[in-house]
Amino acid sequence: MISIKNLYKSFGKNEVLKGIDIDFNASGITAVLGPNGSGKTTLIKSVLGMVIPNRGEILVNGKSIKKHWEYRSQIDYLPQIARFPENLKVNDLITMIKDLRSQPSDEQTFITNFGLEPFLDKRLGTLSGGTKQKVNLLLAFMYDNPILILDEPTNGLDPVALIRLKDLVRAERAKGKTILMTTHIMSLVEELADEIVFLLEGKVYFRGKVQALLEAQGEANLERAIAKMLTGKEEIATLVPSNSFD
Amino acid sequence: MLKIFKYSVYDLLRSRWSYIYFGFYFVFTTSLLFLSGDVSKIVISLINVLLILCPLIATMFGVMYYYNSREFVELLLAQPIKRSSVFLGQYLGVACSLSVSLLLGIGVPFLIYGILVSSAIWNFFMLLVIGVTLSFIFSAIAFWIALRNENRIKGFGLAILAWLFFAIIYDGIFLLTMIVFNDYPLEQFALGASIFNPIDLSRILILLKLDISALMGYTGAIFKQFFGSNNGMIISFTVLTTWIFLPILAIRRLVSKKDF
Repeated sequence: MISIKNLYKSFGKNEVLKGIDIDFNASGITAVLGPNGSGKTTLIKSVLGMVIPNRGEILVNGKSIKKHWEYRSQIDYLPQIARFPENLKVNDLITMIKDLRSQPSDEQTFITNFGLEPFLDKRLGTLSGGTKQKVNLLLAFMYDNPILILDEPTNGLDPVALIRLKDLVRAERAKGKTILMTTHIMSLVEELADEIVFLLEGKVYFRGKVQALLEAQGEANLERAIAKMLTGKEEIATLVPSNSFD
Repeated sequence: MLKIFKYSVYDLLRSRWSYIYFGFYFVFTTSLLFLSGDVSKIVISLINVLLILCPLIATMFGVMYYYNSREFVELLLAQPIKRSSVFLGQYLGVACSLSVSLLLGIGVPFLIYGILVSSAIWNFFMLLVIGVTLSFIFSAIAFWIALRNENRIKGFGLAILAWLFFAIIYDGIFLLTMIVFNDYPLEQFALGASIFNPIDLSRILILLKLDISALMGYTGAIFKQFFGSNNGMIISFTVLTTWIFLPILAIRRLVSKKDF
């Protein structure tokens, strides 16, 4: 589905991606993890063509995405921050996205699912953060395309909506979609993810099943396993100079 | 592009600011018509306001709209549409909704007053054309500046500075050069210099149309002497339309390379 070859990207002097080689082929949920600034969002935005890489290639369904936009009809995307034009109504926004994509969509199910009926005629500027995130989710989930990219999907959701979201993601997985998800909430990863890609300093530091990471670090809990993996790396890095003072 | 354009106009036409902008022109024009019956004089008063206000409002609106829709653009860019369509659609949306406010705000009072049967109809028409052209030029410049600067405060500052430069500073420098190099023949220089400022060009265009040499100023007089009224108008209008396309081309170029 998506294959990324030797991807480099820097913003000014700040090198964010330093040679990423990765394929997302199997259907299932891949959680893209990593500390702040490790390049998760940049990687996702490169796949969507929002960030133009300095070097390397991205293939979606076997075709290079460079200077192309048609491939994006295969991808549903949930952006991190939900901010919409303030004067449009929820209904207008849904019509707008439908108009832009002109693909069959199933918005009604999700309007009911997220309880958005009372807000359909309200202007987006008057909605609360959580409701906006629900609209955001609706726009991403109402299409049935083979690739689904979720950037911090849980932002601002209440517990009920969170449970619905998890069910939705599972339902999409059951349809055999390739799902990429970034998040900082480890319990969500443990519950949903089939596989983890851990980015560190612009490189793929770990890739594999959740269970494999837990076993490798000898921890029962993912949060601790990742913390251990990170601190373990730092200890190695700091040990060498501190020895010279002893 | 047309779809994006449609929805940005839709969004903007519901914004409070469009109504305030429309209301200002409406009240201003109505009161001018009420106070004085001389349409030519009113056109001159209005042009003086338009030459300053249109660029200023277009600049502010353009920058504001871009920064306001910054996050929403990310959602649009993930849709299967061309990048340049997203931004050109938004730009056209801003420029057109500003133009609609202007056309209605000035047009409606004049229509009620009976401009269609008046002899000044072409002067009035020229006034509207210039207002619309200036809105298109300066919102494009504003979009370009905003696209170049992710830092909103810097973007705002630069946009205002650009407006200040074309509206005031440029004329100041121009006048100073005239005084300093008083002893040299400066006609050609003055002619050339006015081409690089859309506000000056608009002023020349309307004054050539109104044919009031007393108000024409130095460049206007030279323009008239050089090209005659009609040729002068055609040339200044052509250059003015180029002024719309230059920033649009710059936007297209910038957008194809930018990271979001």
